[in-house]
Amino acid sequence: MRSTAIKTLEKHCATDSSIFLLTADLGYRIFDRFRNAYPDRFINVGVAEANMIGIAAGLALSGKNVYCYSIVPFLTMRCFEQIRVDLCYQNLNVKMVGVGGGLSYALEGMTHHAIEDISILRSLPNMTVVVPGDALEVEAIMNEAATYNGPVYIRLGKDGCPQVHRTMPDLKIGKGIVIKEGGGLSIIANGTMLHTAKIVSDTLASRGLSVTLISMHTVKPLDGELIKECARNSRAIFTIEEHSIIGGLGSAVAEVLAESSYAGLFRRIAIPDAYGRDIGRVEYLREKHGLAPEAIINDILRDYKQC
Amino acid sequence: MAGANELQMNDYENIAGEIRRDVLNMIYRAKAPHIGSSFSIVELLVALYFRCLSVSPDRPQDENRDIFILSKGHGCPALYSTLAHRGFFSPSVLNGFGVDGGTLELHPTRDVEAGIEVSTGSLGHGLSIGAGMALAAKYDRSKRKAFALLSDGELNEGSVWEAALFAAHHKLDNLIAIVDYNKIQALGKTQEVVSLEPLAGKWRSFGWEVEEIDGHNFEQIISTLERVPFQQQKPSAIVAHTVKGKGVSFMENELLWHYRCPDEAEYRRALQELS
Repeated sequence: MRSTAIKTLEKHCATDSSIFLLTADLGYRIFDRFRNAYPDRFINVGVAEANMIGIAAGLALSGKNVYCYSIVPFLTMRCFEQIRVDLCYQNLNVKMVGVGGGLSYALEGMTHHAIEDISILRSLPNMTVVVPGDALEVEAIMNEAATYNGPVYIRLGKDGCPQVHRTMPDLKIGKGIVIKEGGGLSIIANGTMLHTAKIVSDTLASRGLSVTLISMHTVKPLDGELIKECARNSRAIFTIEEHSIIGGLGSAVAEVLAESSYAGLFRRIAIPDAYGRDIGRVEYLREKHGLAPEAIINDILRDYKQC
Repeated sequence: MAGANELQMNDYENIAGEIRRDVLNMIYRAKAPHIGSSFSIVELLVALYFRCLSVSPDRPQDENRDIFILSKGHGCPALYSTLAHRGFFSPSVLNGFGVDGGTLELHPTRDVEAGIEVSTGSLGHGLSIGAGMALAAKYDRSKRKAFALLSDGELNEGSVWEAALFAAHHKLDNLIAIVDYNKIQALGKTQEVVSLEPLAGKWRSFGWEVEEIDGHNFEQIISTLERVPFQQQKPSAIVAHTVKGKGVSFMENELLWHYRCPDEAEYRRALQELS
């Protein structure tokens, strides 16, 4: 995902001389080409995230189109108040590209896991929060972001995330993508869980269920219309995300459903409200948190039978 | 006020007096804190806006204008009055300071037309933003300079020193940090809370060229500001020794007046001293 993001940004740099890319000393080797092509517009600020956001704000106040890069917790939490005051209150044109969404940095441990970021960032006025589900969505979002004026948080997984879309999706920030249209059971997923959600929906379909699958790549502004439409056509709605069960995609969808007339079943599938102590690769950790495809399929079938 | 460049030293003193009266009135009416922190920066602001900054109320959006950032946002009553005197907005706007449905908050919100370049109020943000603007000016080959006025207590924030490292590394000689060194922060003397000394030495060791001045002496302030950058390829720091509450005898060097708002008797005494 991240190499797609940087490659796409490089492409825009060729035509937009206002683009600056800042990193807080992370992204070993992935910026080599960018740095060679645009040495004046690539700045490693050092291990200083709060300063990075302030520098980005100063550049944006001077008419620059600024991108900041780091691993999610450092990019979003160490400098949260700079994001709030400098970027969001002043509504500046700064895109924050975070790598390692969810449990992507599995073995690195809790300091590198990102399970609260969407919750805190979507609470900020003016902030747009996007969580692309595969490399094609990343490319489409980076294309959209290049001309999008205002603060945007782009939450990536790591490289090597499997493809979901076969061709470039028609992606607009703020509009969910219906990947598969079905009947009474809907799955809304995003980010690093989109591929899992695809496996789940294909498996359920092979067992005779009619499933709708939506990529809700934008968590804010949320596509409430699509969720309401989904609610009209569904008896059961499930959200799947690699984030804490508090405050992420599931919570955002729940906010819409709770204020609608939807009377069907709703379940959030997400990381429980706890810091796990398990050690392992990402697939192992997902399994421990109930996010492996088999576990999700069983949960959905169990709940769906009750409604 | 027209012809700001032709003003004499005693004109600056008069403007400073008017600003202090404005500040007293605004803070008294709004029952607001931070009168001491506003009084300590009046001469610095007058020298900047009436002499040294390349800014004009006729062209507030000019791409090459100098940038002033009040990183110590809580001193904004003095900034608001300075901007009004300089013609950025009508003095009547000051009447809306800190009141329901008013015009001006107790910490500044960005409004370029009114001369307020950056929203501040949380300490430790302004120098990074100034460094970003200085960097952009270098890239754009603009002669623009960025000035950030910081409080001494603000220097407790680690982000200030992140920005200090960055500015020196990138040779931002178009960035100027001014420290309002009144030596009193919210809960006590800086020396007793978290000692800053040797303060000039700290900036120097971070790669800045430093001068220390009396922050209430117009000749010193102006002659120093007119010499920035002190050295090519280095950011400049001005440690301005100031007096908290400057101008009203019973407020000077008193911690109490960081937060206290004058009562009626104190207001009248202060007004008398400032008249």
